[in-house]
Amino acid sequence: MKAALTAAWLALLVTLPLWMTNQYALHILIVTGIFIVAAMSLNLLLGYTGQLSLGHVAFFGIGAYASALVSLGFKVQLAPGVALALDPKPVWCGMLAAVVVAGAFGWLIGKLAFRVRGAYFVIVSISFAEVMRLVAVNWVELTQGPMALNNIPPLALWLPGVGEHAFWKKPENYWLTLGVAVVSYVLIRRLVRSRAGRAMVALRENEPLATSVGIDVTRYLVLTTVVSAAMAGAAGALYAHYIRIVDPDVFLFLYTVTMVIMVITGGKGTLAGPIVGGLIFGLLPETLRAAAIRPEVQWIVYGVLMILVLYFLPAGIVPAVRQWWERRRGAAAAAPA
Amino acid sequence: MTAPLLAVDRLTIRFGGLVAVDQASFEVREGEVLSLIGPNGAGKTTAFNAITGYLAPSAGDIRFRGARLNGLKPNRVAELGLVRTFQKTSVFGGRSVLENILIGLHLRSEQRPLAIMLGLPSVAREERALETEARRILGFVGLGARALELGASLPYGEQRLLEIAVALAARPQLLLLDEPVSGMNPTETESFMAKLAEIRSLGITVLLVEHDMKMVMGVSDRIVCLNQGRVIANGTPAEIRRDPEVIRAYLGERYARAHG
Repeated sequence: MKAALTAAWLALLVTLPLWMTNQYALHILIVTGIFIVAAMSLNLLLGYTGQLSLGHVAFFGIGAYASALVSLGFKVQLAPGVALALDPKPVWCGMLAAVVVAGAFGWLIGKLAFRVRGAYFVIVSISFAEVMRLVAVNWVELTQGPMALNNIPPLALWLPGVGEHAFWKKPENYWLTLGVAVVSYVLIRRLVRSRAGRAMVALRENEPLATSVGIDVTRYLVLTTVVSAAMAGAAGALYAHYIRIVDPDVFLFLYTVTMVIMVITGGKGTLAGPIVGGLIFGLLPETLRAAAIRPEVQWIVYGVLMILVLYFLPAGIVPAVRQWWERRRGAAAAAPA
Repeated sequence: MTAPLLAVDRLTIRFGGLVAVDQASFEVREGEVLSLIGPNGAGKTTAFNAITGYLAPSAGDIRFRGARLNGLKPNRVAELGLVRTFQKTSVFGGRSVLENILIGLHLRSEQRPLAIMLGLPSVAREERALETEARRILGFVGLGARALELGASLPYGEQRLLEIAVALAARPQLLLLDEPVSGMNPTETESFMAKLAEIRSLGITVLLVEHDMKMVMGVSDRIVCLNQGRVIANGTPAEIRRDPEVIRAYLGERYARAHG
């Protein structure tokens, strides 16, 4: 039953570009999908280990820049006479670099998160993202600053039966994003349903008790930030090669807020939460616009809806639906007896 | 005589000007139940925290099977086989009872992050084995029927049992219990004492901090009495009961007349 439902869902998602011919709608879906991957990665940190990172966009942006730079090539003067240069590499190399570089920064932040907790960590993470943005603005030689990195090539892969193929069209990018999202989902699901996931939850719920049974809190915090950052980096790389232009605005605080909204409204610490929250709050602005509601009113509706969700379903949509479903099933089971 | 399992040697812990534990020395022998008693503020819990790595000792030595524990982090201490419970009830309230035990089984599983993410069959196999083990432990403490309920939803006495079960899951050689029966009614205390005897028969050594004298006198092989951070007496329950200094500092004349 459950497997059949999953298969039906996947079939619907995979075949979607075949019957949805509206290219603009597809574009919105791709961008929303990319942000859902980022939100899923944030959920691992925020939902499972309970660390509020308000600088999560930093990993997204690092991934975007890393992938773009590796695929475009760069040359920077580090010191007089010392230059660092890289010839353009295939895009898949860039994406791999995005995952590795973002993961490395995740390791750094994870080490830091152990020393500074709670409100301090929130401040450190915001500052980290802001520093990254300033670096992107000011290190013009590397990042082109506000002029942005342009003409980023789309992903090109050798596909069986097709040969070398570049992902120019929307449906292809949709499938690519869907693929990355599915892989991310499976990785997170495996992690949280294992010893590692239990350790993360244990440190969120009761840290002294967790350490008393031998859980190395530092180790699991670092593991989580590395995986989470690497995943956000992958999302950033997808974004860079789909939009094909990256400027320092990818580090805007607003994007972190968007991810946090997706995670919290959907239900933090649940697997489906960021997906549900991401679909609703990612597609809502466009749906409202399509409904020809005036722009000022659109954002008021968005804000009010968010407040309503948080007020009435503080744990998020997914836990609330699950609770309702269980109660209904419980009532149905009790009724005949 | 064999070497002690745990040797605390001239342990001193200062908080600023306050000396919470003052040159306290005692030993826990393999297989015994040793109780630490004393009035409130005597330094019992502080000593506990130092032994298990939650506090750094200001001076002195703590050795487990000869290995020095000073400065080790709590999780490292747990790896060596010393597992504690907490004075205030401490469970993973938002998780199911079964999951509480699975978390406690952390050290007994060997999944590596990479294997987990690759979804190797060894991980699934181990998960099944862990669940079987967790249910066995729940059966042992008598919480088998509660497996799927939330930790926080259990009544108080059962939460205390769950705490012990989580600690047992970590497979301790030395189990440190900090006031395990405080707040339990006499019937619950009685059944807990029986459980403690079973735990002991598994070959687990127990270091107990407790105020319930009926329980302490009933289960302990030896008792160490602390007062104002100092060890004032060390002996069998019968000796402690008659010790004039213990009577003066802790038990009181009335207790001595009733039981002496």
